[in-house]
Amino acid sequence: MSQGLEGPAPEERSLPEARRSPEGIRLDPATGVDHSPRRTVISALVAHEPGVLSEVSGLVSRRQFNIESLTVGSTTNPETARITLVIEESEQGIRQVETQLKKLLPVISVRELNNDAVRRELVVLKVHAEAPEQVHAITEMYDGTVLDAGPRTITVEITGDELKIDDAIDAYNQFGIREIARTGQTALARGDEWTTHAEESRYERTTPVHSND
Amino acid sequence: MSERGSTAMPAEEQTTTNEPAEEPAPITTGAESVVRALSTAGVNAMFGVQGGAIMPVYDALYAETDLQHVTMAHEQGAAHAADAYGQLTGEPGVCLATSGPGATNLVTGLADADMDSDPVIALTGQVPTELVGHDAFQETDTVGVTRPVTKANYFAEDADSVGDLVGKAYALAREGRPGPTLVDLPKDVTNGETDQTPGAPALPKYHEIQEMADEAAVEAAARALEASSKPLVLAGGGVIKGDATEQLRTFALRHEVPVVTTMPAIGSFPEDHELALEWAGMHGTGYANMAISHCDCLLAIGTRFDDRLTGGIETFAPAAEIIHVDIDPSEISKNVAADIALIGDAGTVIEQLASAMDRSPSAADWRTDCQRWKSTYEMGYDCPKDGPLKPQFVVEAMDELTPDETIVTTGVGQHQMWAAQYWTYTEPRTWISSHGLGTMGYGLPAAIGAKVACPDREVVCFDGDGSFLMTIEELSVAVRENLDITVCVLNNNAVGMVRQWQDAFFEERRMASEYPWVPAFDKLAESFGAAGFTIKEYDEVAETLADARSYDGPSIVDVFIDPEENVYPMVKSGGNNAAFALSEDQL
Repeated sequence: MSQGLEGPAPEERSLPEARRSPEGIRLDPATGVDHSPRRTVISALVAHEPGVLSEVSGLVSRRQFNIESLTVGSTTNPETARITLVIEESEQGIRQVETQLKKLLPVISVRELNNDAVRRELVVLKVHAEAPEQVHAITEMYDGTVLDAGPRTITVEITGDELKIDDAIDAYNQFGIREIARTGQTALARGDEWTTHAEESRYERTTPVHSND
Repeated sequence: MSERGSTAMPAEEQTTTNEPAEEPAPITTGAESVVRALSTAGVNAMFGVQGGAIMPVYDALYAETDLQHVTMAHEQGAAHAADAYGQLTGEPGVCLATSGPGATNLVTGLADADMDSDPVIALTGQVPTELVGHDAFQETDTVGVTRPVTKANYFAEDADSVGDLVGKAYALAREGRPGPTLVDLPKDVTNGETDQTPGAPALPKYHEIQEMADEAAVEAAARALEASSKPLVLAGGGVIKGDATEQLRTFALRHEVPVVTTMPAIGSFPEDHELALEWAGMHGTGYANMAISHCDCLLAIGTRFDDRLTGGIETFAPAAEIIHVDIDPSEISKNVAADIALIGDAGTVIEQLASAMDRSPSAADWRTDCQRWKSTYEMGYDCPKDGPLKPQFVVEAMDELTPDETIVTTGVGQHQMWAAQYWTYTEPRTWISSHGLGTMGYGLPAAIGAKVACPDREVVCFDGDGSFLMTIEELSVAVRENLDITVCVLNNNAVGMVRQWQDAFFEERRMASEYPWVPAFDKLAESFGAAGFTIKEYDEVAETLADARSYDGPSIVDVFIDPEENVYPMVKSGGNNAAFALSEDQL
């Protein structure tokens, strides 16, 4: 032996026959595991401080999370902001997004929203004005608003869930869409349930900002 | 949460005399507040390099004779020294650097600390706030650059709050899962006037650390362990960082559960114990890897299941129910899906588990298997005395000469693996190395940090010729501070691990890996003012190592080892742990 150690070669050893999935899940031949990704909404209440958006977006890109949209906006408490992420991940990936987000220091609480959450997206789009009546008709059909109408272009606003927005964009395509801006989805939990965590009631005002509380 | 750093006086020390305690001088500037925050936190030593934007902080250190400042040759050295200091003391190691290149030179050390969860706090100078964003001289977006490699980082906004900000960064570096933090200090903030005295280190609000695991999960884990016929403990670095080594020993011995460790956890369980299977992973022992591959219940404590440990995920402990103990919830099911997650402090959770278990697992056959693997895959090497010197022999010789509590530091590469494999570690905080980031050049500055942290303990650095050359400038620091450290350069005129991989996987095309041009390290050591030695033959080993140890000050031993020696066992990258190769023909 000039190099290495003595002992049975790999093929002479007892090697385990069981296997894990590529996600590290022990495979139970009887059950099987569903790793298919699903689209879901994650809401995070964060401290309103410099760098928080950069930390969140840096985390998403570094950990290669599959993200569809990210929105951020202030809340009624000047110290906090709400970030809404739409992600498409496996069950394990969704848990990673939650726990990794929670680990960021400015993040106060994080939760995956239920399917019945109230979700909205806003789109502003500018179409060619060759057929103004038809543009108005489509806008009416999607409960939209005309924001600006000129001789050459009409700009409209549509608000709704993702499916409605996608349908509306398809419908406007016939006029030729010149420019489009979408906000990405934002969402709150349905009913009197707190969106991220029951504890956020400590951080989020429940009364209007102008009251003297 | 610990109360270290508070200044509460024990009752018995309160005397009847009315002599007032010596009041610290009032704070006048932001820089003084920064320094006061450190002394209030209990900092004794720090490592740094001067420079324009950090000068106000250094000026405030001028009067602080209780704070030892070790001037390093390079900021990377300062970060590594602080890292080793932090690992050994459990308190954040402090490093200082100026803006721009000073701060960017810290980045490697911060990334290293981040990967290994070592407590470090970095204080960097910054150009005055009004110049930020104008690409001023030595301006770098330090907070932006270091965000991905720190646990938290802050840009100091004003002189009044800067001291408490430093305290917060200090607390964050230490508490929960430790890690590096950074405070960027614009010169106008440190020069700015303030009379605000900073308080003791305090965690930010919203920051909660769970110490105790959920009781139902503990019960489930206890039942799983009791029912196991092939139980195994996998101790990770968190066992040492959480000061849980005593709890681990008690638990393993009481229930007779064999223990493997990760590399960062070397020393968490005595390697000479019957139940010890030493460390697992790419170059871990064959018996540790066999045990991991065949266990049916794995109690993994404070580990993040790094890929160098797991090999291919599909074949990692494939039949085992995994109980994962970690203080960081984001580690659960990140790399390996946990069947039972126990979020909490390592020592607390082990004690919870111990009291929840009604009986020990029936695992006599399993222990026999483990013992059989220990003899079948015993570590060893051939060393014909007429052949070239084997590095493993040098490691074992030094281990024999030195006391058990000796601290070993290393660079990264083959020498690191031999130092890990052939030294028998029996105590925690005796193995100080760069694991996750794999930073060549870590060994010498780490030895400096170790000796400053533990002046009464012997410090040995095993280095490679490639690694040593990367931070050799720090030898000037060891000489200036007269630090009694012994550096053994296992010199094979190559970056040997790369050379080994080229031989195995690149058909021996040794591109840029052979270093026949390295300097004579013994003569170089002498020019620095250290003692230089060489070892070329087996019969020189014991005597020369003894001479180097007995030299009062830094000594460098240039050990000319077999340049063709390789590290085995070896699990191929992404391979099956149980199919570890014992030699190149098995790869």
